[in-house]
Amino acid sequence: MKRQAPVFLARRSYRLRRLRDGARLLPLAGAFLFLLPIFWTPTEGMPNDTARDWIYLFAIWIALIGLAAILSRGLGTGEEAEAPAGREDAPPPEQP
Amino acid sequence: MPINLLVPVCLTYVAFLFLVAFLADRRARRGGRRWLGSPLVYTLSLSIYCTAWTFYGAVGYAARSGLEFLTIYLGPTLVFVGWWWILRKLVRIGRQQRVTSIADMISSRYGKSSLLGVIVTLISVAAATPYIALQLQSVTLSFAVFAEAGSFGWTLPDTNATALWVAGGLALFTILFGTRNLDANEQHTGVVIAIAVEAVVKLVALIAVGVFVIWFVADGPGDVAARINASRIAEWDLVPSRWAGVIALSAAAVITLPRMFQVIVVECGDERNLATASWAFPLYLAAMSVFVVPIAVIGMQILPESANPDLYVLTVPLSQGQGGLAMLAFLGGFSSATSMVIVASIALATMVSNHVVMPLWLSLRPTREVTGDVRRLVLNARRFSIAGVLGLGYLYFTLSGGSEALAAIGLISFVGVAQMLPPMLGAIFWRGATRLGAAAGLCLGTAVWAYTLFLPSFASGGVLPADLFSHGPFGLSWLRPQALFGVSRFDPLIHSIFWSLTLNTAAFTLVSLFTFPAPVERAQGLAFVNVFDTERAGPRAWESRDLEQVETEELLILAQRILGDEAALGFFETSAQGQGKAGYLPDPTPDFLEELERKLAGSVGAAAAHAMIAELAGRSRVTVADLIRVADETAQIMEYSSTLESQRAEMERTARQLREANEKLMQLSIQKDAFLSQISHELRTPMTSIRAFSEILMEGDVPPEMAAAQARIIHDEAIRLTRLLDDLLDLSVLENGTVQLDLRLASLNELIDKGLRAAGQIRPDRIFVVWRDLPSEALFLRTDPDRLAQVFINLISNSRKYCDALRPELRINVKQRGARVIVDFIDNGSGIAKEKQHIVFEKFTRLTDQNRAGGAGLGLAICREIMANLGGAIAYLPAQGGAAFRVTLPLRLEKHPFADGA
Repeated sequence: MKRQAPVFLARRSYRLRRLRDGARLLPLAGAFLFLLPIFWTPTEGMPNDTARDWIYLFAIWIALIGLAAILSRGLGTGEEAEAPAGREDAPPPEQP
Repeated sequence: MPINLLVPVCLTYVAFLFLVAFLADRRARRGGRRWLGSPLVYTLSLSIYCTAWTFYGAVGYAARSGLEFLTIYLGPTLVFVGWWWILRKLVRIGRQQRVTSIADMISSRYGKSSLLGVIVTLISVAAATPYIALQLQSVTLSFAVFAEAGSFGWTLPDTNATALWVAGGLALFTILFGTRNLDANEQHTGVVIAIAVEAVVKLVALIAVGVFVIWFVADGPGDVAARINASRIAEWDLVPSRWAGVIALSAAAVITLPRMFQVIVVECGDERNLATASWAFPLYLAAMSVFVVPIAVIGMQILPESANPDLYVLTVPLSQGQGGLAMLAFLGGFSSATSMVIVASIALATMVSNHVVMPLWLSLRPTREVTGDVRRLVLNARRFSIAGVLGLGYLYFTLSGGSEALAAIGLISFVGVAQMLPPMLGAIFWRGATRLGAAAGLCLGTAVWAYTLFLPSFASGGVLPADLFSHGPFGLSWLRPQALFGVSRFDPLIHSIFWSLTLNTAAFTLVSLFTFPAPVERAQGLAFVNVFDTERAGPRAWESRDLEQVETEELLILAQRILGDEAALGFFETSAQGQGKAGYLPDPTPDFLEELERKLAGSVGAAAAHAMIAELAGRSRVTVADLIRVADETAQIMEYSSTLESQRAEMERTARQLREANEKLMQLSIQKDAFLSQISHELRTPMTSIRAFSEILMEGDVPPEMAAAQARIIHDEAIRLTRLLDDLLDLSVLENGTVQLDLRLASLNELIDKGLRAAGQIRPDRIFVVWRDLPSEALFLRTDPDRLAQVFINLISNSRKYCDALRPELRINVKQRGARVIVDFIDNGSGIAKEKQHIVFEKFTRLTDQNRAGGAGLGLAICREIMANLGGAIAYLPAQGGAAFRVTLPLRLEKHPFADGA
C-alpha cells in the first residue's frame, strides 16, 4: 500500500477528521442540552409553562436530527479514508 | 365499531403480514436483496424499540408524569446521533465476527466463553419474559376496550384465551419465518420486511389519532398548548435524578436489549445503512412522540376520571364515534406488540439454542464425531426455544393476572438488560477486560437488580416478605432492598439503576485488573478493540502446529452437517482455489481454519464453533506455548508488514502449486512405467492366446467344433485388442480437442436412463439400488448426448463394479445452478482413499487389481476429456460417505469450447 500524496489530500482529510470530531461531539452536546431543564427553576408565582418546555425539547431534538443528517452525508461509513486518518483518529487503546 | 368486525380485520391484517414476509423471503432468495436491505427498511425495522408499551403506555406515562415520558426516546436519540462512538464499532464487529446475538458477542469477545453466553442468555430471558407478557396484556386490553364499546352485549369471554391465541399465532409466525435457514448473516429477510411494514402502520396510526385530536377535537395547536398548560400535566415536576437516570437507562437499553441488538447488528445488511439510521431513527422516535401530550391532555379532558390513560389512544377516538380511526389505532398497537414479540423471541431463541442447547449437546454426546444433521438439531432447538419463550411470557401473563404491576415492567426490564452495558463497552473499548471480570460484573449487577427491583416488583409480600422492605434481611437495615447502604433519596427505579450499575462496573473493572486473560481472550480483545485497524494483524487463534492432526475431510464432514452440503462444498472449493489447489480439500492452514470457524460461528455461535474445531484439532486445552505466543503479540504486529504478508502468501501458494505439480509428475512417471508394462501386458495376453490358438489351427487336424471354439477365442481376443486401441485413439482425439461434437437438445432424464440401461449388464447378479429424483432430472440440455451418455455409463459401471457395500446403492442427484447443471453420482461403498483421489482421472490408473476390473484404466481419463470438450468438468467429491463423482456441464453448449484455441 502506498501512502497517498499529502499535498492535495491534506485539506480534505483535515475536513474529514473535523467532521468526525463533530460526529463525536454531537451526542455530548445533545446530552448537555437535554439535561439542561434540570437546572431550570420555575418562576415564583407563575404556573409551569409545559408547552414551552415541550417546544424547547422538540426544537433541540429536530436540530440534532438535522445535524446528524448533514454529518452522516459527509461521513459515509468511515471506510473511505480510514488508512490516512487511522492513527490520530483512534483513541489510543489501553495497553494491557 | 362492532367487535365482530375487529376479529376479521385483525386476521386479514395478520394474513397480509404473512404474505409480505413470504414474498420478501422469496424475493431475497432470488437475489433481489437490494431494496430489501435499504436504509429505509433498516431504519423502520429499528422501530421495534417502540413496543405496545410505548404505543399505548407513552400517553399514560405523559398523563401521569408529564414530559418525563420523553426520556424513553431521548436516550436512544443520543445513542443514534452518536453512532460514530459505539454503534459503528458494534456493527463492524458484528459483521466481522459473524455475531448471532448479544450473548454471542459477549461470549466471543471474552474468549468464546460458554459461561458468559449462558449468563447473558439467562439475563435476557429473565428480563424479556415480563416484557413479552406486557405485550400480550396490551393486545388483550385493547380487545377488551372494543368488547366493552360494542353495543352487541358481546363481551370478551376470557382474556387468557385471547392471550393464548395471540401467543400461539405469534409463535407460528416466528417459527415459520424466523427459523427458515440457519446462517445468521442471511437471515430473516421476511421478518424484517414484515416489521418494517408494521412500523409504518403504527406510526401512521399514532399520527392519525394525533391529527384528529388536535384539529378535530381541539381547535389547532394554539388551543392544545393552552389546554396543556391548564391541565394536570402542567403540574409535573422534573425530578432531576429520574430525568437523567431514565435518559441514561434508555440509552443503555437501546443497544443491550436482545431484540434491538438483533435488528441493529445482526440483521444489518450494509454498514452504510447505519449512517442513514443515525438521523432517520431519531426522526421516527420524534414523530412517534410528537402527539403523545396532546392525546393525553384531550383524553384527560373529555374522558371520565376513571378511564385508563394507557388506553387513551383507543378510547378517545371511540368516544368521538370514530370507529375506523380506533380500528387503525388498534392495528397500530397490535403491530407494536407483535413486531416486538417476534424479534425478541427470535433473538432469545438464537441465544438459547446456541449458548444452552448446543454446548449441552456437545458435552453430552458420547463420541467426538459430529454425527447426524446438526442443522436440523439447531433449527429444532430454535423452534422449541421460540415456543418456550412465548410460553414463558404467556405463563407470566396468566400468573400475574395482568396486574397493574405490569405497567412498570418496561423500565424494570430495561434495568435488567442494562447490566450488559459494562461488559459490552469493555468488550469494544478496553483490551484489559477479562472473562472473569465480565462474569463477576454481570452476576453481581443482575443479583442487585433482582434484589432491588425485579423481585420487589411482584406485589409486596409476594416473593419478598413485607418486613424485608422496612427492616432489611436479618434486621440489617443497610441491606433494605430499596435503600441499599442507606441510600434512600432515590425512588426505587433510580436506586436500582444506581446500585446495580455501580457495583456491576466496579466488579467488572476490579476483577479484570486482577485476573489474567486466556490467549483466545487476548486475541479476541485485540480483534474487537482494534476492529478498524488493518485487518489480520493480530495473533491467530490457530497455529500450524495445532493443525498436524486436522484432517480436512473431517472438517468438511463437520461443515456439511452445519452449513449444508452445497454451501460447505462451495466454501471448501473456493478456499482450495485460493490456496492454488484443485478439488474440494484445501490444506488446513491457520487462515483457513479461522475463516471456517467464523463461518460456523454464524450458525451455531462462536463458543460452539471454536469447541468443535478445537476438538477436531485435538486441542481442547490451551498450552503454555500459547501463552508465550500471545505474550509477544506486539512484536508480531510490527513484524508482519502487509507487503511481507502478501508476498509470503504468494510464495506459499506458488510453493504449494509446485509441490503439487512435482508430486503429480512423480506419480505420472511411475504411472508411465506402469503403463508400459501394463500395455505390453494388455497387448501380450490376447496376442499370446491368438498366437497359440492360430498355431493349433494351422496344424490342421482339429475337429470342426473345436476349431470353431478356438476361432471364437481368437475373435474375442482380437475384439479386446481393438477396444483397447479404440480407447487409446479416442483419448488422443479428445485430448487434442479435434473431436467433432454432435450438439443437439437432449433430455437429461433420458440420458441417465440410457446410462443405467447400458451399465446394467455389469455384475447383473447383484441387487443394485438406484435412487433418483425424477422431477429434478427434467432438464433439456444442449450438448453432445452420445458423449455425455458415455460419461454416465462409465460412472455407473464403475459404481456397479467397485461399490463394495453389502447392499450397493447409487444416488444420482441433479441440480441446476444458473446456466450450469450438476449431476452427482454417489454410492455407498468405501469410496476412494484420499491419497488416490487426485490420480483417479489419470490414464491407466487402476485402483484395484486389474484383472478383476477388466478395463485398461482409461475410462475416467476419457470421461475427464469428454467433459472438458463439453465445456464442463468432472471431479471427485470427498466426504460423501462413498465414492462420489460430480459432473458439471453447461445447460446450453453453444460451440466447441476449444474452437477458439485450436
